[in-house]
Amino acid sequence: MLDDKDRIFTNLYGLDDWRLAGARRRGDWDGTAELIARGRDWIIDEMKKSGLRGRGGAGFPTGLKWSFMPKDDRQHYLVVNADESEPGTCKDREIMRHDPHKLIEGCLLASVAMGASACYIYVRGEFIREREQLQAAVDEAYDAGLIGKNACGSGYDFDLYVHHGAGAYICGEETALLESLEGKKGMPRMKPPFPANCGLYGAPTTVANVESVSVAPTILRRGASWFAGLGRPNNTGTKLFCISGHVNNPCNVEEEMGIPLRELIERHAGGVRGGWDNLLAVIPGGSSVHCLPKYICDDMLMDFDSLRAVQSGLGTAAVIVMDKSTDIIKAIARISYFYKHESCGQCTPCREGTGWMWRVMERLAKGEAEVEEIDMLLDVTKRVEGHTICALGDAAAWPIQGLIKHFRPVIEERIAMQKRGATVAVGAVAAE
Amino acid sequence: MPKLVVDGVEVEVEPGTTLIQACEAAGSEIPRFCYHERLSIAGNCRMCLVEVEKSPKPVASCAMPAGEGMVVHTNSPLVKRAREGVMEFLLINHPLDCPICDQGGECDLQDQSMAYGVDGSRFHENKRAVEEKYMGPLVKTVMTRCIHCTRCIRFTTEVAGISELGAIGRGEDMEITTYLEKALSSELSANVVDLCPVGALTFRPTAFSARPWEYKKTESIDVMDAVGSNIRVDSRGAEVMRILPRTNDDVNEEWISDKTRFVVDGLKTQRLDTPYVRENGKLRAATWDEAFAAIAAKVKAAKPERMAAIAGDLACAESMKALKDLFDKLGSANIDCRQDGAKIGGKGRAAYLFNSTIAGIESADALLIVGSDPRKEAPVLNARILKRWNQGHFRVGLVGEKRDLTYPYDYLGAGASTLGDLVAGKHDFLEVLKGAKNPMIIVGQGALTQKNGAAILAAALKIAELANAVREDWNGFNVLHTAASRVAGLDLGFLPGEGGRDVEAILEGASKGDVDFVYLLGADEIDTARLGSAFVVYQGSHGDMGAHRADVILPGAAYTEKNGTYVNTEGRVQFGRRAIFPMGEAREDWTIIRALSAVLGQTLPYDSLNALRDAMAAALPHFDAVDMIVPAHDLPSVSDADLAALGDDTSPFAVPVKDFYLTNPVARASRVMALCSAEFGAAPAQAAE
Repeated sequence: MLDDKDRIFTNLYGLDDWRLAGARRRGDWDGTAELIARGRDWIIDEMKKSGLRGRGGAGFPTGLKWSFMPKDDRQHYLVVNADESEPGTCKDREIMRHDPHKLIEGCLLASVAMGASACYIYVRGEFIREREQLQAAVDEAYDAGLIGKNACGSGYDFDLYVHHGAGAYICGEETALLESLEGKKGMPRMKPPFPANCGLYGAPTTVANVESVSVAPTILRRGASWFAGLGRPNNTGTKLFCISGHVNNPCNVEEEMGIPLRELIERHAGGVRGGWDNLLAVIPGGSSVHCLPKYICDDMLMDFDSLRAVQSGLGTAAVIVMDKSTDIIKAIARISYFYKHESCGQCTPCREGTGWMWRVMERLAKGEAEVEEIDMLLDVTKRVEGHTICALGDAAAWPIQGLIKHFRPVIEERIAMQKRGATVAVGAVAAE
Repeated sequence: MPKLVVDGVEVEVEPGTTLIQACEAAGSEIPRFCYHERLSIAGNCRMCLVEVEKSPKPVASCAMPAGEGMVVHTNSPLVKRAREGVMEFLLINHPLDCPICDQGGECDLQDQSMAYGVDGSRFHENKRAVEEKYMGPLVKTVMTRCIHCTRCIRFTTEVAGISELGAIGRGEDMEITTYLEKALSSELSANVVDLCPVGALTFRPTAFSARPWEYKKTESIDVMDAVGSNIRVDSRGAEVMRILPRTNDDVNEEWISDKTRFVVDGLKTQRLDTPYVRENGKLRAATWDEAFAAIAAKVKAAKPERMAAIAGDLACAESMKALKDLFDKLGSANIDCRQDGAKIGGKGRAAYLFNSTIAGIESADALLIVGSDPRKEAPVLNARILKRWNQGHFRVGLVGEKRDLTYPYDYLGAGASTLGDLVAGKHDFLEVLKGAKNPMIIVGQGALTQKNGAAILAAALKIAELANAVREDWNGFNVLHTAASRVAGLDLGFLPGEGGRDVEAILEGASKGDVDFVYLLGADEIDTARLGSAFVVYQGSHGDMGAHRADVILPGAAYTEKNGTYVNTEGRVQFGRRAIFPMGEAREDWTIIRALSAVLGQTLPYDSLNALRDAMAAALPHFDAVDMIVPAHDLPSVSDADLAALGDDTSPFAVPVKDFYLTNPVARASRVMALCSAEFGAAPAQAAE
């Protein structure tokens, strides 16, 4: 379990003052000018050494990503992705609510590392209070001279803008976010060119997750080796976990990477409703990853590589717990509906495939299908996965693949029941 | 120059080439729906996925730049599976109503489904249905068939320059629409139908009338404007069914205007299909002999200086050559091909050509438009200007009436006085032209038809000189014509001879009784009320203004019914070809004049089309250079005396095309053009302002 002294988000629950005074008391904005003075190469090097992997879901090494920004005279941008919409995830929301200055300071330091003089924070449309809070914190920071011209007295000029979206999941995809920020329809762009070369308004841009940016100041202050000393090799540091679903005490908690799933749930979330043995499955990383049945959850470690080894993923570390009262087929069908609803409609496999998959899922939930259709559905998910412009197609395919992989007997039983004429009661759904 | 291997074939391509182009260069065909080489890359249909070694996922070849050392497979099992998957996805919500779809037979979805799809469907849900969207009188929509390739959106935005088409909704609810369900306000709107790979957008006027495999296809040239767009005339039996563009990168790329395309129904109505002779004030159907006899009687009675001929806007070079030769033989110098009275011609060929060439617009870096609205006068040419503008670093200045040209421009002034300021260096835009590497000046008929048109032409030449626009390697002086026949007429010298009358003088003379005999070769754009008591012969295809006034009507062939030579505004000689035979008793125009010459005892020295063409080419060698440009270098020099008549008139230049859809007899006979005219109004001036 993470020691209190190693916590980064010390005001995660909003018990303390979120304003500048409170943030300073907790150690934010301490010696920022000195950190800036050490230069962009030092910052990037420290981030690389810390082993921090992007907290938005893909887990790409943060320091490496920042180092991709070209060193030329063009305008560079940092864009912070605060369009947190992954079902089950609510970590960035808490940061913006209760610790906005961590984010703002992180924006400044990350921008220095990238040579960006301007940063946009793209806030999800539904986050209205969060946006107001964040804007208030930005205004405070401007008034205190922490950002703006000569930020923190470092001689670095830096501007920060809070932009709010209109509430579309796809705008959390980095290139769709850039399109939306430019005032266009939020549709992902083709890559290449990558944003680091041609991003916002055609300028070199890095899009980073709120959490990745927010932890940067503390890492730089306490040293890369401190952060790297937490967690497991290649999966270092601390991470915000969002535990929801059938647990006694759903919560957000900062924990060390690689914490066993069972320990995470039992220590922080009060355990699974009805005890660990009542567990059916866990979706460990937001709705987009494969669900895991109990036998895998028993000794699962929560980090990128361990979850990847079982074909799932850490994603945003949004742990969705489902006990045995869950109708797992209906639950995944609801997730399929989400992706069908949020597909941007740009490219064929996702536009057509998400609706198809959802409709078949709804029939499977009722058992109104043939057994062969399970394999057909699996084949359809494979034809969507990897054939689309962005990762939404993959994200729509994976939950179904996970379901079929781990719960095929349940689906077959449902179909058999329907054929026998037994009443199929579609159970309660965790996501609703 | 990246080198890559496609299906075992090594190719070397230009840097910046996309993978799909590289694959084609290597001889591997890649299926596609959204990709189109003249539009921006969308990459959304996913049909062009190929396997690139070392890439974990299949790659959209339309959007991926060809890279050094890439190893590409276009026929591997992975690619085959990807294509089958995409085809299946495209078809699950496609209605498969091919038997009642007008696209059937020329449908990309149909063809590629046959080539790359599988034979069955695994989709057992209900199909999506989408409401029709109104897009005007030309484009019919069946949006359930749409596969969301967005070619139409990209075309209207990038080529037509109107942002009226877009997609609303998300995911499978995405719909292509004008949102307000207004008609597409572009003169190029129907090109979206050509681009549509499925039957979502089809031609409304020709809906359900024929199947593509029933057509006889004839490659020809358009005469609706002076661009000379390359067209394909599709006919069935004795009927022209539709007109489609042909690709010619030098002229129209692969676009044509809506007028070019939908004037077809005008070819079937108001036709003159037999000779007529006026008796007791009424026209009566007659035989050719009767008609010729009536003409011969008048010609023999008239003195040469009291006879005149006017050539219309759609006349082919052959008929003008024959008529000019006939009038030369008769001894009359009163001939003119400039119905609108443009003060042009006779001063060197370069002074009336679009010398930069249409493709050359893309190398220009500043443009001055004088008295022209290219959007209405030559929509396809205007699209080329927009294409250049989209590439950036291109200033456009306009002298004339303010119009929405689809691209922004500096409005310099309305009329001749602004031009005077430019010549005198009192206007900043002259500096823009001087600072440009390849400055361009386009002079339109709106300026040249002014009373002081000659001085305006001289002023434009002077500006070209000041801006160093005419050099060995670049000729930036351009005249944009509106009539398909005009340049050929000017080349052939269908102009008043020594002491001859021009159009204005012919009409003036006729109304005063000084001209007894007027021969109208398809000339309808003149004020026929001023023809007075003159004996009028009208030779043409349509019963329009000229035929209404005529004393003898000689039925000619429309442009789809004869082999004719046309010279476009660039001076490019192109052949129009006969798709169907002329209607009824109508004959190809040059043969009518040849036959008449025999009756008049002035037999013309050619008995075949080839002999006539040889005669033209003998006098004017560039008539032998078909489809090519023979550059003209004979720009006249400008003296101060030429500029004297410029004056300080601040009134705006004229607008030659008052109603884009009704500019000629064929268009005025077309019901579809009338619908368009009603839809878009006579002159939607300054829509965007």
